[in-house]
Amino acid sequence: MTAGLPKLAVHKFASCDGCQLSLLDCEDALLDVVGAIQIANFPEASREVLDGPYDLTLIEGAVSAPGDIERLQEIRAESKFLVSIGACATAGGIQALRNTRDVDEFTRYVYASPEYIDTLDKATAVADHVKVDLELRGCPISKHQLIETVIAFLNGRAPIIPTYSVCMECKRNGNTCVMVAHGVGCLGPVTQAGCGAICPSFHRGCYGCFGPMESPNTAALGERWLELGIDREVIRDQYHFFNSWADAFREAGEAYAASE
Amino acid sequence: MPETPLLLDRADLDRMIGILSERGYQVVGPTVREQEHIISYGDVGSTDDFPVGLTDEQEAATYRLVDRGDGRLFGYAVGATSPMSYLQPSDAVVWAGRRTGKGFETVEPPDPPRYAFVGVRPCELAAIAIEDEVFLGTGSQCPTYATLRQKAFLVSVDCTEPGGTCFCASMGTGPGATSGYDIALIEVLDDEGHAFIARAGTEEGAAVLAELGAAPAGEERAAAASQAVEEAAGKMGRSLDTEGLRDTLAASLSDPIWDELAATCLTCANCTMVCPTCFCAAVENRTNLDATEAERVRRWDSCFNFEFSYIHGGSLRPSASARYRQWMTHKLSSWVDQFGMYGCVGCGRCITWCPVGIDITANAAAVRARMEEAAHV
Repeated sequence: MTAGLPKLAVHKFASCDGCQLSLLDCEDALLDVVGAIQIANFPEASREVLDGPYDLTLIEGAVSAPGDIERLQEIRAESKFLVSIGACATAGGIQALRNTRDVDEFTRYVYASPEYIDTLDKATAVADHVKVDLELRGCPISKHQLIETVIAFLNGRAPIIPTYSVCMECKRNGNTCVMVAHGVGCLGPVTQAGCGAICPSFHRGCYGCFGPMESPNTAALGERWLELGIDREVIRDQYHFFNSWADAFREAGEAYAASE
Repeated sequence: MPETPLLLDRADLDRMIGILSERGYQVVGPTVREQEHIISYGDVGSTDDFPVGLTDEQEAATYRLVDRGDGRLFGYAVGATSPMSYLQPSDAVVWAGRRTGKGFETVEPPDPPRYAFVGVRPCELAAIAIEDEVFLGTGSQCPTYATLRQKAFLVSVDCTEPGGTCFCASMGTGPGATSGYDIALIEVLDDEGHAFIARAGTEEGAAVLAELGAAPAGEERAAAASQAVEEAAGKMGRSLDTEGLRDTLAASLSDPIWDELAATCLTCANCTMVCPTCFCAAVENRTNLDATEAERVRRWDSCFNFEFSYIHGGSLRPSASARYRQWMTHKLSSWVDQFGMYGCVGCGRCITWCPVGIDITANAAAVRARMEEAAHV
């Protein structure tokens, strides 16, 4: 029944599974997807695993453990169109917070037998190691962007994945700016759109889970946060959160850490 | 048009809302968004929906709603949104179709709503007049705008208490309405009580006022109301010197001052999203999964976005300074070349709603000072 349809593979690296669950969370749209694409290698959805090559491959998770890079290269070799999904796969994710810390110390505290823990020096993005055709940001990703990607792929057109700020989505939604109206710190102006401005829709500041937008002025936003009475260390922690290893946020956080 | 100003009270305004509703309009006006503590356009069923006894304190990057302690309905400056949200909505479907066997058929859009705006500010009327020139003027016509705009009914309310970021007096667009309205109101709260001085601007406006059966306003009271509007021109929180501004800005394009002015620009596009004259949109083609249905959607875009000026090889305006300069010089210089008017009405929203408070009036003055300085070297 599904023979001849494009083959989909979904792979996981260091991650929480939330992004691949976004695909299963697509509900009605998922049923349509299943009718249009062959789920060939997606252990979280089906035990059946078909051999590659695969037409569309989604990769979740950061490159973090020994052997990851080799496995990634194998996946790349058998994938026609490779999409890295989520903050882990596109920027190292929350676990990249360890990149500037002493991992040996962490493992001694956390694990009863730390000698079993073997990890790479840093948690990094998929694109740091292999060519990626498209990145979907977010922690987790937007299922709308995921479906849009699949639809665009099936119809041979470019997906509409904007790289501008979250503010665009806030204003289109008719949201009120929480910084201007409530004096709340919001990373929306420096964060890439795609989530639909979820947090500001609930009168909360954006915490940047979609990572830096196309031209983030992190310094100017940080200065405004200071004027609003937000502490330097809070600004540092906000930049060093889900996307701490994305260049713009890493550097911004370091700037506020260094000047403490 | 009857020139005699008429006198309405709040109950008359409630009846006006009812009459407009009976005439098939969706009545829209300033409303309070309770959870967000702002004034914004929304559906209005009665005068209770207006921001009764509230005002807005606006400064660069700051907006706060505060109690006035009186019963004014329109005692604020301008809300967070403008009628543009309705007349130029984002995500407007400009074409839709579906497959039929080997061909396709066009899916006709539903009839657009007929809006009656009650509580439009003169600066917003001016913004609508600008959009009319751009989209219904001598150039190309926009059918999406035309269908919404030509059916709209406009009840304006003059300003007597401008806000901290207002500068309509500089732009010649306020604080009183001079044209473009069906009915113009001035809100009065004096010894004789709470009232509205009303003038009709169109036949339909006159018909609505006639249906209300309103009595003429006393000459003295009408004159005092107009006087209060005139005095409001002197209470603007900001001013912008437009003398020779088109030429000054046109001559400044290569000046390094733009790097200085744009140093704090977030390129977040908030200014363009709140501006009542910013009309730029992207056209997106969308399909469903098996491409049996397709639609072309016009979606708000901004000159602050990379993709807006993306052509083969990259964005024409890669730097923040190039994008900020494009926006500001379009509003205050090249707009004049295109449409014979400024593209700014002085509503102040770009100043209030910029998250870092970049001020177009201060920056226009800064460019002027720099160019004058350069001329004397």
